[in-house]
Amino acid sequence: MSKFIKPITAAELTAEFMRLKRGSVTRRHFLGVTGLGMAAAVVGGRAGSFVREAHAEDLGTQMSFATWPNYHDPASFEAFTAKTGVAVEVNVFGSNEEMLAKLQAGGTGWDLFVPTNYTISTYAKLDLIDQLDLARLPNYDPTTETARFTNEGIIDGNTYAVPKNWGTTGIASNTSKMKTPVTTWKEFFELAQTEGTGRTMVHDYQLTTIGNALVALGHSFNSVDAAELAKAEELLIKVKPHLFAINSDYQPGMRATDAWLTMCWTNDGAQLNRDMPEIAFTLGKDGGEIWSDFYAIPKSGANKAAGYALLDFLMTPDNAVKEHIANGTPTTDSRVLALLPQEVTSNKIVYPDEASLSPLEFGAAVTLTDPGRAEVMARFKSA
Amino acid sequence: MAAAGNRRRSLVTAALAAPAALWLGVFLVLPFIAMLVFAFGRRAPEGGYTPAFTFEQFLNLPARSAAFLNTLMLAPAGALLCLLVAYPVAYYLAVRASPRHRLVLVSLIVVPFWTSLLVRTYAWMYILGSRGLPNLLEMIGISDVRILNTPAAVLIGIVYGYLPLMIMPIYVSLEKLDRRLLDASADLGARPMSTFFGVTLPLSMPGVMTGTALVTILLLGEYLIPQLLGGGKVFFIGNALVDLFLQSRNWPFGSAIAVTLVLVVVVVLTVAMRIAWRFAGTRRVDLV
Repeated sequence: MSKFIKPITAAELTAEFMRLKRGSVTRRHFLGVTGLGMAAAVVGGRAGSFVREAHAEDLGTQMSFATWPNYHDPASFEAFTAKTGVAVEVNVFGSNEEMLAKLQAGGTGWDLFVPTNYTISTYAKLDLIDQLDLARLPNYDPTTETARFTNEGIIDGNTYAVPKNWGTTGIASNTSKMKTPVTTWKEFFELAQTEGTGRTMVHDYQLTTIGNALVALGHSFNSVDAAELAKAEELLIKVKPHLFAINSDYQPGMRATDAWLTMCWTNDGAQLNRDMPEIAFTLGKDGGEIWSDFYAIPKSGANKAAGYALLDFLMTPDNAVKEHIANGTPTTDSRVLALLPQEVTSNKIVYPDEASLSPLEFGAAVTLTDPGRAEVMARFKSA
Repeated sequence: MAAAGNRRRSLVTAALAAPAALWLGVFLVLPFIAMLVFAFGRRAPEGGYTPAFTFEQFLNLPARSAAFLNTLMLAPAGALLCLLVAYPVAYYLAVRASPRHRLVLVSLIVVPFWTSLLVRTYAWMYILGSRGLPNLLEMIGISDVRILNTPAAVLIGIVYGYLPLMIMPIYVSLEKLDRRLLDASADLGARPMSTFFGVTLPLSMPGVMTGTALVTILLLGEYLIPQLLGGGKVFFIGNALVDLFLQSRNWPFGSAIAVTLVLVVVVVLTVAMRIAWRFAGTRRVDLV
């Protein structure tokens, strides 16, 4: 009996609860599904007892930051609070759509947040984010960044967002349960209906679930063509009875071996494989997503000075390395890459061969706002 | 004199009702009007709302018929299951338990409310997942049982989450039960079973109906339990609403569904109260 097939102990349950309280449950989900979305944890706490650095401008004592679950080292925020006296309230979100919905509705109070590449142009167009004042980010160096991951933060020559890290959306498969290896999204959806029936998970998120179904059918990940979307909807609805869950919080299901096959982001793939080597992470040979996440400052921010200060802090290579080691997501910054230990840079899940990346597509801005994709996803879920 | 007294009395009534009226006006009536206006509008290109006057949102309602159907089946089913579990507990508390123990037992029923339903439901994900109950069943030879992410899991979660809300009204109505009626029934030769069905149950009907109506209405808007224990596969109308506002940002369609849900709740409530009045005869039925 594997050590994972055991009733949960009181200690484990407490640990889960603590993860939940910290908002560090798997990327892009847990708090998203609760609809609370804002289970805010004030990381850092009282600042008075720390020695502060002198700052030219008043940073206040509190700031608000919106990001994804499992995406930061809590120690980074503690260090920032110790350095500046500003406590960071971390809001954890489930999807870009949800972040956009909150910013459109107004009154978020975020001073800094983490949107994904394909959303930046929409935020800029809707005038929801500030053009960044790079003079306030002395530790950001555009020349050490990889252009293909950073170009979507720059609109008409103006920088609206700076990169946090990049990653991919691939397939995680428990090889001790799934005997047939999976190498493409076509196989993923076939296996979901055969060997992986009742054991397969797809994201609760239009971009990847619809995108990968489109790829499986030989179309572009970003298609908004009505006929192609109809085919993708047909495939998804056919697969639905075979799914274990439609849920972007797939780590608990995979760890408990309730699920054997799932759509999976790089950082989750690296974490799962580290703890359970039988879980393999593969990129679709027929396509899929490559993404980069950015930092941006909402127009409505109440304490933008602290937003810039935290952003600059996180951009500092020494701090970025610690963040990288904690969350396992590949960096866009060559200064950070140079500081990483060899076991991280040689991990093929985190830094795959260039050839395996070539079929992948960046999410396109149009998918975020296209009513067709949103409605296909909603119909698939309510079918 | 009498007129002045009446006027003063109605002023006092108005003053006492004002805070509640203001609250309901600002936080219930106005938002409902806004929702109604949105429901006839169109989705803006980037999401949200554009003014218009169209019925297309309401015409699109069949696209969520599965979610409505799920809700309309599982909410009453959940309430009924709750009732079956709650009645014996309430009966024991009100009729059998010694007064000394009763307070402790009643507090024990309230204790789970001290922890967020979210955390308690999250715990059920582990109990019903394969490391939990199915694993124990496997030890006694029943293998490959799947509970998590099925309607059964959602029903279990519902019974667990809503049980106290069902126990309390039944307990209250049973506690008021005049014991001498039970003695009289027995004295007249009725066996325990017929005393229960002839005396106890009819007299506790107001509690039963209140509890059932309360739980059913709350379940019609349930979101959390199907989300966590249904794995996105057991979809309630509440989940459809969250998706429309937080994922698709389709406010008009979301508003149309919300308005429809309110209408459904009103219909269910009216029917439930009618039935309750019939069962309870002329007795008043207190909701909540």
